[in-house]
Amino acid sequence: MTNAIEAEGLVKVYPARRGSTEVRALDGVDLQVPQGTVLGLLGPNGAGKTTTVRILTTLLRPDAGRATVAGYDVVTQSNEVRASIGLSGQYAAVDENLTGWENLYMFGRLYGMPKADAKMRANELLEQFTLADAGGRTIKTYSGGMRRRLDLAAALIGKPNLLFLDEPTTGLDPRSRLGMWDVIRGLVREGTTLLLTTQYLEEADELADTIAVVDTGKIIAQGTADELKAQVGGERIEVVVRDRAMLPAARELLGSAAAGEVEFDEHTRRLTAASTGGAQQLVAIVQAMGDAGIEIDDITLRRPTLDDVFLTLTGHHTADETVEENV
Amino acid sequence: MSVQQSGAVSDAMVITWRNLKRIPRIPELAIFAILQSIMFVLLFAFVFGGAIPLPGGGDYKEFLMPGIFAQTIAFASATTAIGMTDDMGKGLIDRFRSLPMSRSAVLSGRTVADTIYQAGILVVLMLAGLVVGWRVHNGLAEFLLAVALLLGFAHVMAWLGIWIGLSVPNTETAQQLTFVTIFPLTFISNVFVPPASLPAILQPIAEWNPVSTLTAATRELFGNPNPYVGDGIPGQYPILVTLAWMVVFLVIFAPLAIRKYRNTSR
Repeated sequence: MTNAIEAEGLVKVYPARRGSTEVRALDGVDLQVPQGTVLGLLGPNGAGKTTTVRILTTLLRPDAGRATVAGYDVVTQSNEVRASIGLSGQYAAVDENLTGWENLYMFGRLYGMPKADAKMRANELLEQFTLADAGGRTIKTYSGGMRRRLDLAAALIGKPNLLFLDEPTTGLDPRSRLGMWDVIRGLVREGTTLLLTTQYLEEADELADTIAVVDTGKIIAQGTADELKAQVGGERIEVVVRDRAMLPAARELLGSAAAGEVEFDEHTRRLTAASTGGAQQLVAIVQAMGDAGIEIDDITLRRPTLDDVFLTLTGHHTADETVEENV
Repeated sequence: MSVQQSGAVSDAMVITWRNLKRIPRIPELAIFAILQSIMFVLLFAFVFGGAIPLPGGGDYKEFLMPGIFAQTIAFASATTAIGMTDDMGKGLIDRFRSLPMSRSAVLSGRTVADTIYQAGILVVLMLAGLVVGWRVHNGLAEFLLAVALLLGFAHVMAWLGIWIGLSVPNTETAQQLTFVTIFPLTFISNVFVPPASLPAILQPIAEWNPVSTLTAATRELFGNPNPYVGDGIPGQYPILVTLAWMVVFLVIFAPLAIRKYRNTSR
């Protein structure tokens, strides 16, 4: 199987500016994305996801390392790369003062299509993304979900086999997000190779074949969702206590019953620990908590999530922000 | 992939189309640009004008209007700069740069569209001028040459605007920067007062200032009062000096703008 995307030792350094020190946005990123598969780049803000996408889509030159996309070098054959890919960025990069149709027609023309083809393609895409009724309205009047769909449609103008989606659902409400997932799954079914960045573990889990976890400019782990989850071991016990004052007592109890570190959140009154004894242990803990007079709002035994993976690998949650990335 | 490289010209035409489409969608931009100029017309024609004597006589309103045209055209760079910064900030430039299109087309398309836009504004201002008493006294050929000079200058200012727009972080800065550079340029000039009335130290600036030479050139071509003629080269040959300014600006700012655009990858 050939690789649609190959990157080796990508480095990008943003020089120091007034009020900030030098930022090493990428510190040696290697990637291989086989044709027809989906790679999810997962990491918090500032991890280097957007920088990676910008380099692979020829918007940014790497300071070191090399990358080929669709078989073309991103630096020396940038025009060929651009003709082979579709990009949908973190911010909806469409003209909000043009209508949906006008945007698609414009991008089609700029892609090199003759007028008639660009018109046909614009109609086709509006239909496909259930925007046909809104096609004559300016983007200003669109909802967030509609904008994202149009932005994605714009990325598909040239029917690329290779698609880059930079945080396609950030800022969308849950319903729009599910709708977007459906659209993306549809594209993948048709054989499109996809590189997707996200800060949502759930999203990477849902859409990606392989997940690369990015933190501070490096890929710190790579594998399928199951492989990554296996790295952090077995199931988790999660307890929510009713009374915040009971947290220390509950923590101690859980610590002695389960294995390893107990993680707890003061605000949500939630405690989490790795389970060693399955359902049997769960029952024992419920009993012990009852004996100790600790009231429980909720207790579950669950499989580890990617958030657990992230915490284990990096020592911090995915939601912890490091540096602002959008330079 | 059977996608052919589209030509720079057809790409530029698409970008021009896009920029012109936007104008009626944001009418407040054009309205305020016109209102600002008309405000200057009213202020100087009816408030200050009476106190400004023209050496050699002549009607102040006829003296004023070509200056207003030149001032408006000089401010064209602000429109372009703000538009460019806006496109950058909204991520549209990234989209263009990710397409297999001509890179210069994004810039040339905008400068063409902005020149057409300024032509529209010029028509409105000329009609306003006719209302307050401005008249054209020379033939059609001179009139057309004056309009061509104004629009050529607008085109050059659009390239300056692109360079500024790509060099600043946001639209507010683009607005402020063009304002503080263009505004003095239009006041230390022959636009509102005869340059002879300026302090001696400012007179050489007012004499060589491109806004002055453009104003003097169009006054001459429209047959309006032009109390500017001196021994200096700009006074003697305002049309030629204006053309020279346009070439200088274009040769400096078009390559700067294109280079800046190429390097905006950051």
